[in-house]
Amino acid sequence: MTVTFPHKTLPWLLIAPQLLVTLIFFLWPAGQAIEQAFYQEDAFGLSREFVALENFIELLQDPYYYNSIGVTLVFSMAVAVSGLSIALVLATMADRIIRGQMVYQTLLIWPYAVAPALAGVLWWILFDPAQGPIALWLEYMGIEWDHFVNGGDAMILVVIAATWKQISYNFLFFLAGLQAIPRSLIEAAAIDGAGPVRRFWDIVFPLLSPTAFFLLVMNIVYAFFETFGVIDATTAGGPGQSTKILVYKVYEDGFVGLDLGGSAAQSVILMMIVGLMTVVQFRFIERKVQY
Amino acid sequence: MIENRPWLTFISHSVLILGIIAVALPIWVAIVASTHPAEAFGQGSVPLWFGNYATETWQTVLFSAAGNGVDVPVWQMMFNSLVMALGIAFGKIVISLISAYAIVFFRFPFRSLCFWLIFMTLMLPVEVRILPTYEVVAKLNLLNSYTGLALPLIASATATFLFRQAFMAMPGELVEAARMDGAGPIRFFFDILLPLTRTNIAALFVILFIYGWNQYLWPLLITTDDAYYTLVMSIKRMVSVADGAIEWNSIMATTILAMLPPVAVVIGMQKIFVKGLVDSEK
Repeated sequence: MTVTFPHKTLPWLLIAPQLLVTLIFFLWPAGQAIEQAFYQEDAFGLSREFVALENFIELLQDPYYYNSIGVTLVFSMAVAVSGLSIALVLATMADRIIRGQMVYQTLLIWPYAVAPALAGVLWWILFDPAQGPIALWLEYMGIEWDHFVNGGDAMILVVIAATWKQISYNFLFFLAGLQAIPRSLIEAAAIDGAGPVRRFWDIVFPLLSPTAFFLLVMNIVYAFFETFGVIDATTAGGPGQSTKILVYKVYEDGFVGLDLGGSAAQSVILMMIVGLMTVVQFRFIERKVQY
Repeated sequence: MIENRPWLTFISHSVLILGIIAVALPIWVAIVASTHPAEAFGQGSVPLWFGNYATETWQTVLFSAAGNGVDVPVWQMMFNSLVMALGIAFGKIVISLISAYAIVFFRFPFRSLCFWLIFMTLMLPVEVRILPTYEVVAKLNLLNSYTGLALPLIASATATFLFRQAFMAMPGELVEAARMDGAGPIRFFFDILLPLTRTNIAALFVILFIYGWNQYLWPLLITTDDAYYTLVMSIKRMVSVADGAIEWNSIMATTILAMLPPVAVVIGMQKIFVKGLVDSEK
C-alpha cells in the first residue's frame, strides 16, 4: 500500500485511544513489574529496598519454583498431545463423511465457547470422589480415585478439563487443513492401490504437519496462560504443589502470599517466555508464507 | 468419495458419535443435576436422570439469589457479563479499526514505533502481569466498575494486526479514486473501508464476545461488590463455600446459564465464526 492521505493531526487522533490504553494498562504495569522485580517490599507496602537480582536468585534456588516449571511442562504437554490426537482422529473421520458433516461439526465445536473455569467445575463434579459418577465407576472397576489426596489424579483431572475445551479448536483447524489437501493427490494414491491407512500416513499426515505444528504452539500457549480458570476453580494448585502451574504461582505468591518482589520476578520470567513463544509463532508464519 | 468402504464409513460415524457423547457428558450431568433438590447430593452418586425439582431450582437461581454466598440473582450477573463482553468486543473493534487505519493509510513520524508498542501487548496477557495491572486500576479508582471490567482488556494487538492485514490487501487505486472524487479520509473510512471489512468485523465480533464473556481472573480480582459480579467468575465464589453446604443444583444451573450465551453465539453464527477463527489465526 503506497497511496496515503496527507494529514498531520488526524492519524494521531486515530491511533491515540489504542496507544493510551496500551500505555496505561499494558506498558505501565509491565514496567512496574520489571521495576518491582528488583526490590524487596514488606507486606504492607510501607517500605522497600533495592535488592538487585536477589529476587531472581531466590527464585532460582526455590525447589517449589522448579516444581512449578515441571508441573507446567507436564500439564501443557499432556494437554497438547491428547488434545491434538483426539482432534486429529475426529477430524479425519469427519473429513470422510459427506452427509451430515455440518451436524457433527456443530455438535463438536461448542465447547470452544465454554469458559475454562466452567469446564473445570463440570469435570470436578464428574470426578468427585464421594459422588461423581466417573469416580464411582472407577472405584467399581477397582481403580482408586481421589484428587483431593492424590496429586496424579488431580493432574489428570485438570488435563481432562483443559483438553475437553480445546478439542473443538484443534478439530476446526485440522478439518480445514484436511479439506485443503487436493483431492487429486488422494485419488492418485488410491488408483495406485494405497488403502486408507497407507494414504493417511504417506500423504495426509505429512501435508498436515504445518497445521499440527501451528496447533502445537497454540495449545502450549493455551495451557500456559489460559488455563488459570481451570486450576483456580478446581484444585487451586493442590493437593500440595501438584497442579500449581507457573501462572497460578504468580497469582498466588502475589495476591495470597503478598511476596510482591518474588511475584514480579516470576512475571518478568513469564513475559520472556511469552516473548519467545511469539517469536516462534511468527517465524512459523513467515515460513509458511513461502510455501 | 474416493472408494466405497461401508465398514470404514460405519467406523467413522461411530467414532464421531462417541466423541460427541464424551463431549456432551458434562452438560448432560449438569442439566440433570439442576433438576434435583440440594439434598440429593453428597449421598451416593450424582443423579443421572431427571428429578422433579427443576422449576424450583431455576426460579430461585434466576430471580432471587444465585445461592452459595452470592446474594445477587443470576439475571443481574448475566447483565454484568453482557456489559463486559459487549464493552470489550466493541471497544477492541473500534480502537483497532481506527488505529490500523492510521497505520496503513497515513504517514506520520514514529509510525512504526507506534505499531511496535501496540504489537508488544501480544506478549503481555493479563495473567502474566496481574499484580501491577491491579495496582494501576486501583490507583485510577476503577475497582468495582464497568469501566474497570472492560477498559484494561481493550487494547488488542491481534485485532489491529488483522485489520492492518485486511487494509493492506486493498488495492491502492481505491484510495486514488476516492481522493480524485474529492473524498476526505473520514468519508473514505465510512463509505469505502467500513463496508469492505464488514465480514472481518463480524467474525472478530464473535470471537471477542466469547473472549469477553469468558473472562475469569480479571473480574475475580477487581470486583468485591456482588453487584458487579460476572457470571463466569461467580462460580468460583459459589464453589468456595464450606464443603457440606454447597448447593450443587444451583451451581449447575448457574453454570449452564453462564455458558449458554457464548455457545448460542458460536452455534448461531457457526459459518462466520469458523471462517473468522481459521483465517485470523493463520
